[in-house]
Amino acid sequence: MSTQSTRLAARLMVAPSVFVLFIWMIVPLAMTLYFSFRFYRLLTPERSGWVGFNHYLWFLNAPEFWLAMFNTLALVGGVLLITVVLGVLIALLIDQPVKGQAMLRILVIAPFFVMPPVAASIWENLFMHPQNGLFSAIARGFGAQPILFLEDYPLMSVIGIVSWEWLPFATLIFLTALQSLSSEQLEAAEMDGASAFNRFKFIILPHLTRAITVVILIQTIFLLGIFGEIFTTTQGGPGSASTTLPYMIFKQAIVAKDIGRAAAGGIIAVILANIVAYFLMRGIGRHLDN
Amino acid sequence: MARAASPRRRFLTTLAAWGVALVIFFPVLWMILTSFKTEASAVAMPPEFLSADWTTENYAEVWQRSDYPRFFWNSVVISVGSTLLGLAIAIPAAWSMAFVPGKRTKDLLMWMLSTKMMPAVAVLIPLYLVFQRIGLFDTKIGLILALMLMNLPIIIWMLYTYFKEIPGEILEAARMDGASLWNEIVYVLTPMALPGIASTMLLNIILAWNEAFWTITLTTTKAAPLSAFIASFSAPQGLFYAKLSAASAMAILPILILGWFSQKQLVRGLTFGAVK
Repeated sequence: MSTQSTRLAARLMVAPSVFVLFIWMIVPLAMTLYFSFRFYRLLTPERSGWVGFNHYLWFLNAPEFWLAMFNTLALVGGVLLITVVLGVLIALLIDQPVKGQAMLRILVIAPFFVMPPVAASIWENLFMHPQNGLFSAIARGFGAQPILFLEDYPLMSVIGIVSWEWLPFATLIFLTALQSLSSEQLEAAEMDGASAFNRFKFIILPHLTRAITVVILIQTIFLLGIFGEIFTTTQGGPGSASTTLPYMIFKQAIVAKDIGRAAAGGIIAVILANIVAYFLMRGIGRHLDN
Repeated sequence: MARAASPRRRFLTTLAAWGVALVIFFPVLWMILTSFKTEASAVAMPPEFLSADWTTENYAEVWQRSDYPRFFWNSVVISVGSTLLGLAIAIPAAWSMAFVPGKRTKDLLMWMLSTKMMPAVAVLIPLYLVFQRIGLFDTKIGLILALMLMNLPIIIWMLYTYFKEIPGEILEAARMDGASLWNEIVYVLTPMALPGIASTMLLNIILAWNEAFWTITLTTTKAAPLSAFIASFSAPQGLFYAKLSAASAMAILPILILGWFSQKQLVRGLTFGAVK
């Protein structure tokens, strides 16, 4: 029923968004692709030229790169596993008839609003610090040596910090999904003698599938780019023990000022993100089409 | 789910739920407590709880001594600015996609979302170089643009899901009565869409305030917001725990309060309406 002119106006109204997003995506990508084949160091601007696939080969031959790839996937996978499993459990707990549910939600959601550098610096200084951190105080209280979290277990520490930040998000979404579950179905199952575990497996978990899919999709988008937490705590170290792909590229670009090399890393990151996105979209498309 | 439970069971689950919630919240609580201690008390071993020397001096000192107010102001300008600019571009787009959908609208929306999948590091170098070339590096305008573009897909999606819920018949009725497109938007649509726009705004201010990639890489000092300030605070200043905590508390408090108000919309917004 919309008239021709309404349709035209509607198209014109979408145009600015499409235009700026297209520019935002295509211009930097084209430039990155171009630089990735060029010799381009900010410290020696007089030298330039084509280098073919040398930057890519440098990455593929650098041991740090494979470690960074592993760390990136371990970070994403580790945080997803922790937040989804704990998130479901905590959501089930809070969904019970408990006193002060509104206040509980407020406490649980709080970490999500803490900006990454603050979250990282709280954990680094107030908790994980080997002399003054709360964890070291607890360890000493038991007569044990303080654990050197960021030195000995840097990647696990970062996974822990990031999980703390994203657990509230997962919990809140699962809680929202649980509250739309009909209680009659559960009661009927209970009366028919279904055990708590079977009720969870056959009623609650299927109901949560969509929410879990959404949590995985959204968190993956954000987790692939984790930066602030590493920058604030370990700076990718010790050595390269907690260097992820984004952080490795950052080091090449901003610290080593090797634009060409960093650009090749950027293209590799795009390829990785696309592979992950492809599998995600395929898995998620199945659950969201309804 | 409101199911009958025995008082004993109710008591135990309440206890467990509060225990878990307090553990999750504890780091924030501990930071706030530390921010009110003297420096000596903040690093005392064993940690001091009730016996600590309490003071509010850290807040006064952080606010006066460092360039804290400037970082704070930069955060406000950048997060609010990028959100308002994003809304100005996104509202017409979301409106037309929700009410005059074409054959390709769904594809267009998916494409917009897919731009979020692009890793920020991949566009870091061009953006870094372009920003330096045209004088946007370390400026508030530059960060407003970068964060606006980063969050634009989320803004459009959120608005779209809200607009979708406004019944189209109302618009048709208005059109029958001879309302022009402009009048339709201003007098019919806007009042109905305001709650959705408000929660979109709130969520995006939060996302922009907490952003810590572009704010760290595209600034040095002049336009650096709180996220960049805190990221650089810990290393050189050594063991000023109480002041670090006070600075951190001031950095997150405004957003914590906004966030608590918007937690219902948060789920909807960040899941693009897939979970309500």
